[in-house]
Amino acid sequence: MDISAFVLFWAAIFTSNILLTNFLGMCSYLSVSREIDSAMGLGLAVIFVLTITSALNWVVYHYLLVPFGIVYLQYIIFIVVIAAFVQFLELLIERYAPALYYSLGIFLPLITVNCAILGVSLFMVIRSYSFIQSVAFGAGSGIGWLLAILMLAGLRRKLKEKLIPIGLRGAGISLIITGIMALGFIGFSGIVQVQ
Amino acid sequence: MFLRIIQDIALMSSVGVVLAFVMVIAQRWLSNYGELTININSKKDLTVTGGSSLLSSLGEKQIFIPSACGGRGSCGACKCKVNEGGGPLLPTEKPYLSKSEIESNVRLACQVKVKSDIKIEIPDSIFNIRRFHSEIVEIIDYTYDIKGITFKLLNGETIDFKAGQYVQLETQPYAKVKQSVMRAYSISSKPEINDSIQLIIRLVPEGICTTWVHNHLKQGDKVNFTGPYGDFYLRDTDADILFVAGGSGKAPIKSMLEHLKVVGTQRKMSYFFGARTTKDLYLTEEMQSYEKHFQDFHYIPVLSHPEADDNWEGRTGFVMPYFKEAIRDPKNTEAYLCGSPGMIAGVTKSLVEDYGLSADKIYYDSFG
Repeated sequence: MDISAFVLFWAAIFTSNILLTNFLGMCSYLSVSREIDSAMGLGLAVIFVLTITSALNWVVYHYLLVPFGIVYLQYIIFIVVIAAFVQFLELLIERYAPALYYSLGIFLPLITVNCAILGVSLFMVIRSYSFIQSVAFGAGSGIGWLLAILMLAGLRRKLKEKLIPIGLRGAGISLIITGIMALGFIGFSGIVQVQ
Repeated sequence: MFLRIIQDIALMSSVGVVLAFVMVIAQRWLSNYGELTININSKKDLTVTGGSSLLSSLGEKQIFIPSACGGRGSCGACKCKVNEGGGPLLPTEKPYLSKSEIESNVRLACQVKVKSDIKIEIPDSIFNIRRFHSEIVEIIDYTYDIKGITFKLLNGETIDFKAGQYVQLETQPYAKVKQSVMRAYSISSKPEINDSIQLIIRLVPEGICTTWVHNHLKQGDKVNFTGPYGDFYLRDTDADILFVAGGSGKAPIKSMLEHLKVVGTQRKMSYFFGARTTKDLYLTEEMQSYEKHFQDFHYIPVLSHPEADDNWEGRTGFVMPYFKEAIRDPKNTEAYLCGSPGMIAGVTKSLVEDYGLSADKIYYDSFG
């Protein structure tokens, strides 16, 4: 694949937004979008984890899995790398941003199994990205995820004062909004196509 | 083929080993806060290893802030003032703190982590709280579901408490209960005996601690407890006294009466003991002997559900209506209540509204 990393970066944010086109990483997206502050915190953590783990997993894949012929173990190894990195991040946040640590609560460790994270590592393998492309794709996907959760958090803040049918409150209306947002993002698809 | 399997396993394990190694280093580096200082009441400095909660750091230094849940952040009892170095107020603390408490730096000691030098304020009485090792020397069956248990302090230790205060018993794992819990019980022996304490414990169905005490503890067992805690103790005034307590709530009252017997008193005292049937009455003879010993003391048991074969000729129903025989001057009467939150609320309401006692002279110990 010889798309420039720069293009890939922008494509990951807009045209193939990991959340709005692939619908990966939904569970923390729905649960932590109640307040803009925690959405921002989690979004930044996701960008960080995505960028670093796509780099780490690229190195692991090309210098360990491929040469030793253990590509069939990629899921386990990717997950272990991601888990270790999230654990590391947790220690870091607990030390330097305790308020963020408590407001993220259970969702920080849950990044470990955020589908978006493993998804990016797997896309990078399937689409045979180079190292630079993978990092750009990882960072772009993270920013795209942050963009999506921030938009939802902003909308949900406005929704608090609106009359919504009881059955649709919470996750229901959030999913409908997400669907409309995804439709909106289709508008970007004319710019560049990387799928 | 076999070699190949070994090689793959080795590769996967080495990934795990490398990551584990990195994590251990990170943990050492990030969670190492070094030696920190906890300054208490601007008087005392403690040096602790940083990283754990304020509650457990103080516990390691033998300072025990009362905590009913053992540091899980679910009881809100371990409040203390953290004036410097406590970090931001956490969402886990907010539900337990009032607005004025938040403004005056009150925090939950179990949620505050010691990550920098810290300045706190705690009441002086907490310094008196210690952890005691003891051996059970006597178990008395008071009724079918109430036992009196005497704990003798080991290693020649002594305990200094006020009549009415309580201790927290640490249970040990038994049968299917794997964890250790802490439960509060009033001391029923007098403060003049300082090398042992007696607790009165009623069996609560499904209760972790009371089941352990009733069905698993025996003479000679070693048990640990911390204490003394609480501000439910006998005030040293000349006011008339009204004691109201049923069931195992008799414990602190027994301690107060035994204490008064030693120091002597001229105060007018009445003790209303609420129970269901005659099967729930205990220590009656001891109470009647106090009627003879003290100048003006009356023990008044009241049964709510006397059975036909009880042949009960005493008072029946609620205890509240009978207070009028005991209160001669509501402005000069102190009330000491011990029982369930519902009983405390009902009796307090009646004393204030029907009898005109002032609420700040009603002292109580509520066990929920």
